[in-house]
Amino acid sequence: MVLKLERVTKRFGEFTAVSDLSLTIPEKEMFGFLGANGAGKTTTFRMILGLLDASSGKITWDDKPLDYSTSHLVGYLPEERGLYPKLKVRDQIVYLARLRGMPKGEALRELRRWLEKFKIPEYENKRVEELSKGNQQKIQFIAAVIHKPRLLILDEPFSGLDPVNVEQLKEAVLGLKENGTTIVFSSHQMHHVEEMCEHLCILQKGSPVVHGSLKEIKRAYGKKNLIIHADFSLESLKEFPGVVKTKLTMEGLELQIEGEQVAEGILKEIAGKGLLRKFALEEPSLNDIFIEKVGNAYE
Amino acid sequence: MNNFWIILVHTYMNKLKSKSFIVTTFLTIVIVLGLTNFQNIIEIFDKNGGKENVAVLDETGKLYEPFKQQLKTINKDINLTSYKGTEKEAEKAVENGEFAGLLELRFNKEELPEAGYKAMSIADSALYTDLQTSLQQVKTMLAASKINLAPDQLQKLYEPVSFEKTALEKNAKTEEELNQARGLVYVLLFIIYFAVIMYANMIAMEVATEKSSRVMEILISSVSPIKQMFAKILGIGLLSLTQLAVFLIVGYFSLKSNMESLKDGFFGVYGFGDIPGATIVYAVIFFILGYFLYATLAAFLGSLVSRIEDVQQMITPMTLLVVGGFMIAMFGLGKPDAAFITITSYIPFFTPMIMFLRVGMLTIPAWEAVLGIAILVVTIAVLAIFGARVYRGGVLMYGKSNSFKDIKKALQLTKNE
Repeated sequence: MVLKLERVTKRFGEFTAVSDLSLTIPEKEMFGFLGANGAGKTTTFRMILGLLDASSGKITWDDKPLDYSTSHLVGYLPEERGLYPKLKVRDQIVYLARLRGMPKGEALRELRRWLEKFKIPEYENKRVEELSKGNQQKIQFIAAVIHKPRLLILDEPFSGLDPVNVEQLKEAVLGLKENGTTIVFSSHQMHHVEEMCEHLCILQKGSPVVHGSLKEIKRAYGKKNLIIHADFSLESLKEFPGVVKTKLTMEGLELQIEGEQVAEGILKEIAGKGLLRKFALEEPSLNDIFIEKVGNAYE
Repeated sequence: MNNFWIILVHTYMNKLKSKSFIVTTFLTIVIVLGLTNFQNIIEIFDKNGGKENVAVLDETGKLYEPFKQQLKTINKDINLTSYKGTEKEAEKAVENGEFAGLLELRFNKEELPEAGYKAMSIADSALYTDLQTSLQQVKTMLAASKINLAPDQLQKLYEPVSFEKTALEKNAKTEEELNQARGLVYVLLFIIYFAVIMYANMIAMEVATEKSSRVMEILISSVSPIKQMFAKILGIGLLSLTQLAVFLIVGYFSLKSNMESLKDGFFGVYGFGDIPGATIVYAVIFFILGYFLYATLAAFLGSLVSRIEDVQQMITPMTLLVVGGFMIAMFGLGKPDAAFITITSYIPFFTPMIMFLRVGMLTIPAWEAVLGIAILVVTIAVLAIFGARVYRGGVLMYGKSNSFKDIKKALQLTKNE
């Protein structure tokens, strides 16, 4: 049950939305898709779902292409949330679940279980337009997962939610992963991906610029962050060999350095100059990597 | 249950239960009942049960009786009273509402009758026209007797000329049949026209609503857009048949129970007494084909807009086609064998109405009707194939889309170059 994208390219006329994308997403894995707006994330998802045909390349799930005969195995939360505004929550979830091949009775039971889980059982008979945006999103999420898909595609699942709801939803997503669902999700917010995904891919204008497991990506990036808080001036460090970037903060300096050995040199340099309150060597954040890889292209 | 049926039933039930559908159905039933009970309703509002009282002041004393005799043959509902009193008193009586009008009969210099008519208003032309016609006949009789014409001579003078109309074409419809057909075709054309506009609109709205509420993306990830489109068209088609069946049943029974009172009015001229079965069968065929033609068009046009507000703008050209077809058909009612009508009956978007008009009014060879049906079926198939492709791309397109260039864009989306 491996989701495989092999040299997938999608062109719309002159415009290339996705170019030569190859990915392998193992079963029960949580895979993160990162990319600026218009990088090709949604197009990639639509191709995985079979809504769009790839111009070239191949997408397979368990060595077979995904199409409408497998739609009961796939769950999809689109980026643009959409439900029938005039329909009751129950009618619409049951309708959508039945379209994914789930019998009516089972769909009702599952819906009630999910509503309990999100602590909103009273919404069963409400029309969607009466619900707040956050609650609509929970209903939308239920619509995507009610038929117990083996492959779940979440396009920006956490956008527009308050922190409490984000936690609730994250918990639900992690629960699904425990149960063996393969999950592909995209986000603008790096910390969600950093927290939840083992593997990720950063798309830049349709091509993958970074791809692999989180640990490897960070290791391969090489650069580290060094945080120094001190009572004396750290100005001189800006010119220190191996320092890539510096940022003055309230309490001291934040540096991006080329490797661990640079930190050692810096420590020697400033030792004895005064009171050193903090000297910490940190892994680069995904945010740093993203900004460097994607941001560069803007310059 | 198959996805196709789930969507079909969902569309059907949802629309059936919707408030707007129930209200329209109810209102239309009221209108149907109103039309079929027209005569009864008029009578209810007519205070004197349709009878009018007219006072007659006969100065000559000789005209009243023959005049009354004549009037009886024209209109039995006018009550004449020979008024004994002065003109002033009679006018008072009219003002008091005892009489609808006052008729003064007198002789002119040549001893022929003339009259003056006084009423509160002379708006009721039906009443005084009848009076006038009767008096005219009295005058004719008097004048004839003055020049010594015998009554049978007079009758000869007034005997209508014999004018027989015969169509040489075999099986051509007789005058009476034509009138009957005209009434029936007129009503059925109206039904086709309204139904096509109404339900095609409904489909375009339905598609646009799903698109604008963005539920479309979930739907098309579960069920293929093509399946969805046809399930929707069929679902709404069933809805339209349900609604029409309700109207027809109500109309039929109401008409049947009112047949007596209606015979004199509109329905007398355009008799519905015996409706030819073939015309009804053709009406059903052309209604269903017309519906599919325009429903397919509406579905793919609806898939191109992203906001409900744009739907009307998008389907205006389609509506104009329907209206155009209807106008041509209305013209054709009076001249169904015009070459123009024959030609337009083979233009697919006009065929449902105009070919039906020809089938209903004329006796055309069967192959012509079959050719019309074949043209329609082929057009529907072509539209369905083309429309399904546009629909598939169209539902994924968002943004300011309300021009026909978007059709090209939508087609491009589904291409895999």
